[in-house]
Amino acid sequence: MSALSLFNYWAVIGLMMLGYYCVIVRGNMVKKIIGLGIFQTSVFILFISAGKVLGGSTPILREGVSVYSNPLPHVLILTAIVVGVATTAVGLALAVRIQEAFGSINDDDLDQLGQEDEP
Amino acid sequence: MKDNSILVIVARFLIPLVMLFGLYVQFHGEYSPGGGFQAGVLFAAAWILFVLIYGLETGLRVIPLRVIYSLGCLGVLLYCAVGLMGVILGGRFLDYQPLLATPQAAQQAGIILVEFGVGVTVASVVMMIFLQFARRRAQSQAAGLELDQEQDRS
Amino acid sequence: MVLLVLLLVVGTAVVLTRDLLKATMLFAIYSLTIAGLFVILDAGDVALTEAAVGAGISTILILATLALVPAREHRQRGHNRPALLIVFVTGAALVYAVSDLPEFGSADNPVHQHVGPYFIEQTYPDMGIPNMVAAVLASYRSIDTMGEAIVILTAGIAVFALLSVPPRRRQRAPDAKTRSRDEG
Repeated sequence: MSALSLFNYWAVIGLMMLGYYCVIVRGNMVKKIIGLGIFQTSVFILFISAGKVLGGSTPILREGVSVYSNPLPHVLILTAIVVGVATTAVGLALAVRIQEAFGSINDDDLDQLGQEDEP
Repeated sequence: MKDNSILVIVARFLIPLVMLFGLYVQFHGEYSPGGGFQAGVLFAAAWILFVLIYGLETGLRVIPLRVIYSLGCLGVLLYCAVGLMGVILGGRFLDYQPLLATPQAAQQAGIILVEFGVGVTVASVVMMIFLQFARRRAQSQAAGLELDQEQDRS
Repeated sequence: MVLLVLLLVVGTAVVLTRDLLKATMLFAIYSLTIAGLFVILDAGDVALTEAAVGAGISTILILATLALVPAREHRQRGHNRPALLIVFVTGAALVYAVSDLPEFGSADNPVHQHVGPYFIEQTYPDMGIPNMVAAVLASYRSIDTMGEAIVILTAGIAVFALLSVPPRRRQRAPDAKTRSRDEG
């Protein structure tokens, strides 16, 4: 594979692992949701770069263009972006409710409160 | 924030432009990049900017609460109604062929209606999510829940 | 490409910073850079959506949440070594798997073979509209779009169900022991 392909895919994997690390290691819930956003957008880059044709152009029919990029990954990612923002909104609403009910949105504090409940 | 004259002037310039651009993207979505989702999000962003500058009560007087709630559901109902119209007129679900005489005009009419339904739903749902978050601050202060602001500047 | 390196730098900064307001602003920059990357990769519709949704709506919602929760993250105690090991192992497995993927951008990839050319050729005779992405989204695959409109309506209903009831007194509070540990 050429260097451009390798760099492209490895950069996407790097971003994916950054988002993954943020979700599993950071305790703050809002940070986890931001990390999930980083993970999602890195997957979008992977799909869109799979649909690109070198020398092609945006998939809208017009004069003077003969090669178009593949429109199917664009359709998939459009739906995925909207579903991603829906998930983010519900996650943030849950974080607000947890803050109001328990006073903290950090994993360690919530674990502490859970251990105090056990007899 | 409506006392800050720079913000007010920029907002009075930008908000109608953003709403107009949202409508342009909605109805021109067949010839240029655009469509339902982008238009809905742009329209909601213009309303959110208005609320940030002039306050939530003024924003709710411009677009009342009941309108936001009902438009959210009406968009999806419009989508399903277009689909059922295809069934009633003799085709399959979401088949645009039986709607008009020529096949191309039928497809275009179906696409415009469907994208409009999606745009209306997305705009009103985003507006509603923002106003639920914005109202929570006033309500939690009224209920006496203070915020633990750990302000260690390390 | 230079934009990918910029994204890696901004992503690292988002993960490492402890101030959530800074993380939100960097996340907005990240989303807008991804929108620029999508324009370079010939995706006009997707770039418009990502710019509007990622840099607009997501940022606004996180800022609205930060008005209701504490805006600083607690200090992490030590490094979590098993988690770093898992992340590295997953990354290595993905790098190994990526070596089977086809060349970036060549016109005879398997992706461009079966259904892609069909849509590119048949959109104008069938529908008469130039935007292929809108045609596929609204007519060829319109049940998926209906499902997606229902998903966003469901998210709106869920947020309404969670946040429309006014808050009452707090049920539990973190004790002084937890609070003094974090100041250390």
